[in-house]
Amino acid sequence: MTAINLYDGQVVNHHILSVLVQNRPGVLARVAGLFARRGYNIFSLAVAPAESSGMSRITIVVDVESTPLEQITKQLFKLIDVIKISELDPRSSVERELLIATVKAPEENRGHIVELVNIFEGKIIAVAQMVLTVSLEGHPDKLDDFEELLGGYGIVELQRTGRVALPKIDRGTRGHAAKQFPASSSSSSSSTTSGKAG
Amino acid sequence: MTERITGAQALIRALEHENVELIFGYPGGCILPAYDPLVDSDIRHVLVRHEQGAGHMAEGYAQVSGKPGVTMVTSGPAATNLVTPLMDAYMDSIPMVAITGQVGTAAIGTDAFQECDTVGITRACTKHNELVMSAQDIPMAVRQAFHIATTGRPGPTLIDIPKDCLQNEMTWTWPTDEEVLASLPGYRPNVKGHARMIKEAARTILASERPIIYAGGGILKSRAADALRELAELIDTYVVTTLMARGAFPDEHPLCIGMPGMHGNATAVTAMQKSDLLIALGSRFDDRITGKVDSFAPDAKIIHVDIDPAEQGKVRRPDVPIVGDAKYVIEEIIKEIKSLLAAGTVQADTSAWKSKVSGWREQFPMTYEPAEPGAPLKPQYCIEQLSDLAPEHTIVASGVGQHQMYASHFWQFNEPYTWLNSGGLGTMGYSIPAAIGAKAAKPDSVVWAIDGDGCFQMTAQELVTAAVEELPIKVAVLNNSYLGMVRQWQEMFYDERYSGVLLDQKLPDFVKWAEAMGCVGILVESPEEVGPAIEKANSINDRPVVIEFRTDASELVFPMVPAGQSNDELILHPTQQEKAGELS
Repeated sequence: MTAINLYDGQVVNHHILSVLVQNRPGVLARVAGLFARRGYNIFSLAVAPAESSGMSRITIVVDVESTPLEQITKQLFKLIDVIKISELDPRSSVERELLIATVKAPEENRGHIVELVNIFEGKIIAVAQMVLTVSLEGHPDKLDDFEELLGGYGIVELQRTGRVALPKIDRGTRGHAAKQFPASSSSSSSSTTSGKAG
Repeated sequence: MTERITGAQALIRALEHENVELIFGYPGGCILPAYDPLVDSDIRHVLVRHEQGAGHMAEGYAQVSGKPGVTMVTSGPAATNLVTPLMDAYMDSIPMVAITGQVGTAAIGTDAFQECDTVGITRACTKHNELVMSAQDIPMAVRQAFHIATTGRPGPTLIDIPKDCLQNEMTWTWPTDEEVLASLPGYRPNVKGHARMIKEAARTILASERPIIYAGGGILKSRAADALRELAELIDTYVVTTLMARGAFPDEHPLCIGMPGMHGNATAVTAMQKSDLLIALGSRFDDRITGKVDSFAPDAKIIHVDIDPAEQGKVRRPDVPIVGDAKYVIEEIIKEIKSLLAAGTVQADTSAWKSKVSGWREQFPMTYEPAEPGAPLKPQYCIEQLSDLAPEHTIVASGVGQHQMYASHFWQFNEPYTWLNSGGLGTMGYSIPAAIGAKAAKPDSVVWAIDGDGCFQMTAQELVTAAVEELPIKVAVLNNSYLGMVRQWQEMFYDERYSGVLLDQKLPDFVKWAEAMGCVGILVESPEEVGPAIEKANSINDRPVVIEFRTDASELVFPMVPAGQSNDELILHPTQQEKAGELS
């Protein structure tokens, strides 16, 4: 869990779930429907085919407390198409996201925007008389900063992909940092949750 | 050798391979091709009067037979009519396979005649569903549907089959078990509980001075009634049986203290509240059991045995969580307890607790006041008489409301699989079709539907099905002219401001209606008529019987824990209220 400071100063408790699913029609609707039914908000979502054929990986960022997250993880795992769920700890994961934005760029600001894009190691992907379209790939925090600074020049349109994440490679030992579900074939008391979830 | 057959033939053959004997169904445009090979099959088709009835019949059949109930209907409105029984089966973990027709693959998404997004609509009320897109996929879809419906925590599954997939030819194959498992890599229910947790459970049980076994519907699903009895007797511990578990432990057994919860009996509710250990076996801490969760059984440790990992900690954090099949886990706990006892562990002294609980049981039996001469019948009296006069192995299905609670309170349940009701969803109209399904599963057993006048009017038309298909159930309508449970709440919590609860004191004429549907109709208004009418009904086996009992509208279900309140706030029957202080 991490507290992410969004560009507007709002702090949200985020969890990253990496969900490996069978790539079948309706699987995204099943996953998304489950979140909706339990009243949880999906902050961002990225879906694409995974390493093995017939599988997709869904990276879901949710803003919930840890207790209901345990319940929703268990409920998610009941979906027949869900094969594995890993809760990724941001401290031991690599996260990436892509942002593209068209920003107002009259002549007097254009130089500043180009400079800003260069500082962030972004790209300018289209140029017109009064606007630029720029892109930036990187850690979501970096994108937040970039978006905030870009905002000062007037954003015409902006799209972010939502984050994708994988556990960091642990060079010292085997294995990696993801907390997987189910932890073992049977839950132990540490993997259960307290409180009420609906 | 490759055999080419149509998708429809493959569907019916696949159902035969799954040992389906009976389909409750209703044909229509898109499912039409599947009805043709049915003519040549040994599978019996019961033609219902409404698709909802088909679903509840499949549920009743499944609960009594232990086999999945099967229903087959067409697309569009037929599929939407199945939503209620699917949700009912999902809430009560009943294995059921629904087959729905769908418009042809080319028409999907065009708002074609009788098209609806069946898998979309039923996603939240099935354990799994699947839209088949090729005739070749039908056998695997059927195998998966039966496998998923009947394993792990049972539940309903649905296969939606477009009309062209039924008409097209395919090469017949029957997938092997290995192929089915390989096709479902994300589905591996855990049957065996964790060995370390089972040991921990055994130690915790032997150390408890105030244990209670909290037996739920999972006992019946896993066929664990014998194991439950052995455990209860081994540790000499009182058992409560939830609404879903009535009959899982015999009411006549000295260790049975009845049903807990909102309308539970005082002993069961209080024993749970005061216990130091709840041994939850296939039960899920439903809000109707716990009342206000924060004050539920505050001193109790929890051992929670459930096959569904998501039930662990959903409501109450267990001290000893065990994910596994109830029968398997209970038998393992018994072995573990026996070996601990053999090794010299001594069970904690529970005698003070036992005498306290048995004292409550003597002081606070289920009770009601007999009717004054000339006054309407007491519903409880009717249920007592039905139960007393019931032949052995009689099965009872109830609707939802006051009559359901009276049935649970005043029927003596001594055998598993003799009680059917809609516990989770609370579906009015459940009892008649469920009873018909039960009768189809156990034609030699007497099957009573206990219904209210409100419930009866929701699904009564299925009595035509019962008459025509020769499934002669018996129906006891407790007619108080009101939606009794809602009326009770309005009386107790809305200052007796009755709103929208009076059905009618004259209409319908239940006897004429019964006769019009091919049943025997009997009206009973006085206590002396009750026994003879029931005996007459029990003696009729060639057609359904409906007895209308005119009952007292002012009768209330007690005990009662008002919704959202602590189980310590139990309202007793007025005749017991002055002794309430002794429940501590």
